[in-house]
Amino acid sequence: MSAPLIIFFVLAALAVIGAISLILQKHPIHSALSLIVVMVALAGLYLLMGAEFVAAVQIIVYGGAIMVLFVFVIMLLNAGEEERTDFSKLAKFGGLPLALALTGLLAATMTKHGASIPNPETAGALAPTRDLSNLLFTTFVYPFELTSFLILIAIMGALVLAQRERG
Amino acid sequence: MTALISHLNSALSGAAGYWLLAFIKIAALLIIVMTVNAYLTWFERKVVAHMQSRIGPHRVGPHGLLQPAADGLKFLFKEDAMPAGVDKFVYLFAPFLALTLSLASLAVIPFGPKPLPFPFFGGHQIYLWIANPDIGLLILFAVTALGVYGVALAGWASNSKYPLLGGLRSSAQMVSYELALTMSVVGVVLMANTFSLTQIIEAQSGRTAWGILPAWNVISFRGGFPQIVGFLCFFIAAIAETNRVPFDLPEAESELVAGFHTEYSSFKFAMFFIAEYTSMITVSALCTILFFGGWNSPFPDSWTIAHYLPAIILLPFGLWIIYDGLKYETIWGRLVLPVIGAGVAIIGALLLAGAWIAPLHQANEFIQAPFWLLAKIFFFLFFYVWTRGTLPRFRYDQLMNIGWKLLLPVSIVNVIITAAVVLLRTKP
Repeated sequence: MSAPLIIFFVLAALAVIGAISLILQKHPIHSALSLIVVMVALAGLYLLMGAEFVAAVQIIVYGGAIMVLFVFVIMLLNAGEEERTDFSKLAKFGGLPLALALTGLLAATMTKHGASIPNPETAGALAPTRDLSNLLFTTFVYPFELTSFLILIAIMGALVLAQRERG
Repeated sequence: MTALISHLNSALSGAAGYWLLAFIKIAALLIIVMTVNAYLTWFERKVVAHMQSRIGPHRVGPHGLLQPAADGLKFLFKEDAMPAGVDKFVYLFAPFLALTLSLASLAVIPFGPKPLPFPFFGGHQIYLWIANPDIGLLILFAVTALGVYGVALAGWASNSKYPLLGGLRSSAQMVSYELALTMSVVGVVLMANTFSLTQIIEAQSGRTAWGILPAWNVISFRGGFPQIVGFLCFFIAAIAETNRVPFDLPEAESELVAGFHTEYSSFKFAMFFIAEYTSMITVSALCTILFFGGWNSPFPDSWTIAHYLPAIILLPFGLWIIYDGLKYETIWGRLVLPVIGAGVAIIGALLLAGAWIAPLHQANEFIQAPFWLLAKIFFFLFFYVWTRGTLPRFRYDQLMNIGWKLLLPVSIVNVIITAAVVLLRTKP
């Protein structure tokens, strides 16, 4: 087994274990920590695929900024252990079968068309940051700017909501 | 002997040699950084003491030089107390996380441009860095972004009100200042057109302003606009990010006992301590690399006499240590200090002899780049200590105002100006 493959399996196992632990943990902080593990493991997977920039941004934005806010809010509210409830009817008859169907679909696609899905070697290996930004600011400049406006509006919305609460 | 060396070379030429070299480099850097950390505490206590008309540690070893060792032993032998009602896993994990992340960020710092001039190790070049990725700067910010958790989780897991307040404060502070920290280096990235730390340094080599000044980002118009404002924003934000005076509100002892590490004792506390000092080294290295030309000398290359500056500093310094040691008050000091001084003086003399002896000349040329990098890092470390000895702590609302209403807008304006200059300079 080659070194990248071993690293892949380690990271994949980390991501899956983190995701399962996220659901099973009783305390919100432990769940948040599990989610951070998932994010960092995903960043490692991106790095393995040669997407350096995406990996770094994954950690900076998701692992750092967003999850810090989660942890901060949990700490601020001093949230205690969660109560466990049984499966709701919607989850039992709607969610569970749908999740299984999605997993089956993904697995089937991958086993059938696995060879034709591009991997780092076939797709031309590394995606340097400069190429990525060239693409973002030339070919996809309108979608990019649109997304920026969307985020700006979201920030302003958050500010308005926070101000209204203060009275 | 030659047969043994060639046998070793062939054994180390493959991937195994590559991994072995990486592990050796990591171990070497770890040992060096830990020693530097230890003596940084000594240096800080000495400098702050002299600023306050005291003499600082001087009982353990001559001039208190064994004080770090005594402190380390004390940390190891103290009772490792665990308060009741803590979240055990998170409580133990937090110091580990803080230390690991601060050490990991050192892995991408380059300490010199050229590989060690040794022919062996299976043809692998021994560069003075552990990793030199194209996105070195982004990796550093990624590690910094995760660094908040060490402090925040320590405060939360301690199950005590003061650590919790300290943890909350620190996460708010670090999140706020991370914005200004990241924004302030965008100008440098625009000027160098890369995220790679070695390429950022290379972009600052040579001279500017008709050969009068070195082409460092902080003063140079080359490729953009002088980043003096960017540097000030970066350094202030970095002091806040490392939780040092005057931004050490997470551990403000007059309000929060000791903040997030109140409930930590023994070596778990030492881990936070080491993490803080390692971050100081990383930040000083980053200031040097991003704004002050990294390993580039402030003098023109044609000034060959400037190449003997390390020797000119080391030789008198060594002689002075000998002189000072001979009249030290304890016998132990009179024995040890002259030996240390002689060692320093001999190194200086050997470097000076490089003017006449070829292999020594080669060695002197090789240490130029690391010398300047380390000298500048040392200056910023001194600056850290200097601010600690000078400035009082900010109030919490002042801290937030500086972060959001001063540093962030100023660094954004800096980005806009630099981007405009870069755009005007670029030929379409």
